[in-house]
Amino acid sequence: MAPDREIHDGDGHDHDHNHAHDHAGVVGDVMPGYFDIMETAVRELLVEKQLIGASEIRRQIEVLDSRTPALGAKVVARAWVDPSFRARLLADGRAACEELGITFYDDTGLIVLENTDKIHNLIVCTLCSCYPRPVLGLPPDWYKLKPYRRAPSSSRARCWPSLARSFRTTSKFALATRPRRSAIWSCPNGPKGPRASVRSSSSLWSPAMP
Amino acid sequence: MSKASPAATAFAPIVEADGEAPAFAAGECVRISVRFPVGHYRVPHYIRGKLGVIEAVIEPPAVNNEEEGFGRNAGSKRHYYRVAIPLTDLWEGYAGSPRDGLRIEVFETWLERV
Repeated sequence: MAPDREIHDGDGHDHDHNHAHDHAGVVGDVMPGYFDIMETAVRELLVEKQLIGASEIRRQIEVLDSRTPALGAKVVARAWVDPSFRARLLADGRAACEELGITFYDDTGLIVLENTDKIHNLIVCTLCSCYPRPVLGLPPDWYKLKPYRRAPSSSRARCWPSLARSFRTTSKFALATRPRRSAIWSCPNGPKGPRASVRSSSSLWSPAMP
Repeated sequence: MSKASPAATAFAPIVEADGEAPAFAAGECVRISVRFPVGHYRVPHYIRGKLGVIEAVIEPPAVNNEEEGFGRNAGSKRHYYRVAIPLTDLWEGYAGSPRDGLRIEVFETWLERV
């Protein structure tokens, strides 16, 4: 056996890639941009002044990382098979998501719009990058880019520029007062029935059909 | 001295504060104001001056987030309204169906009665 080769006892095979050798360290090859530097500076200041802690930042990143389009797909699939859930979802999106254990970690509401054979809803971020993050996770970058924001000028759809609407009455952090709209996303009334899968977050708000 | 029982006490009718009740109702025609204040405002330029129809009054009332964003909000609330505007009214030469439309939620202070 070669000295740099490792065989685990009991698992019946050897692993031909081990880490007896060094890898090049992971280094950024691009200088941080203006906003990267700004974000780092503000974050470090907030931590240094003990307004927030590093663990709170890490926790919030973990919260966001745990939200993905799969949650939205789960909600849609449930609406397809359960008419009473669908009705509750359309009446109060947030409460219906909470029924499925999808928590909302801030004071935003959720408005759900239903696509039909005749109406295809297109949710457009107008100014403030509002997005139903508790249910879908982070938006794709292009959701916030100008070409997509211009979609109302060319799309064949019912367009819903998603404007911030704050339900907050008080807030302690200036950043947190950025009004977040609640999220609008569509509930595709898919022709494929309840087993149809929702393939991407795009179909949830929704330039693409599922 | 006998006390009046609560039931017997006559109260003056409650007067609502300015802005407490919605100023517009579903079905009303409105015009979006044409104003260009400096700052981060949530009324896209392309709807300013356009006519629309109130599709829904959004409850509950909300603080004016344009003020709140600058730390100036005193806590008073007004309504948002979902306004429907045909895309053919927004874009010159719009090639799509005349039934294509925009739905946008606009704060009360940006709406004018027509």
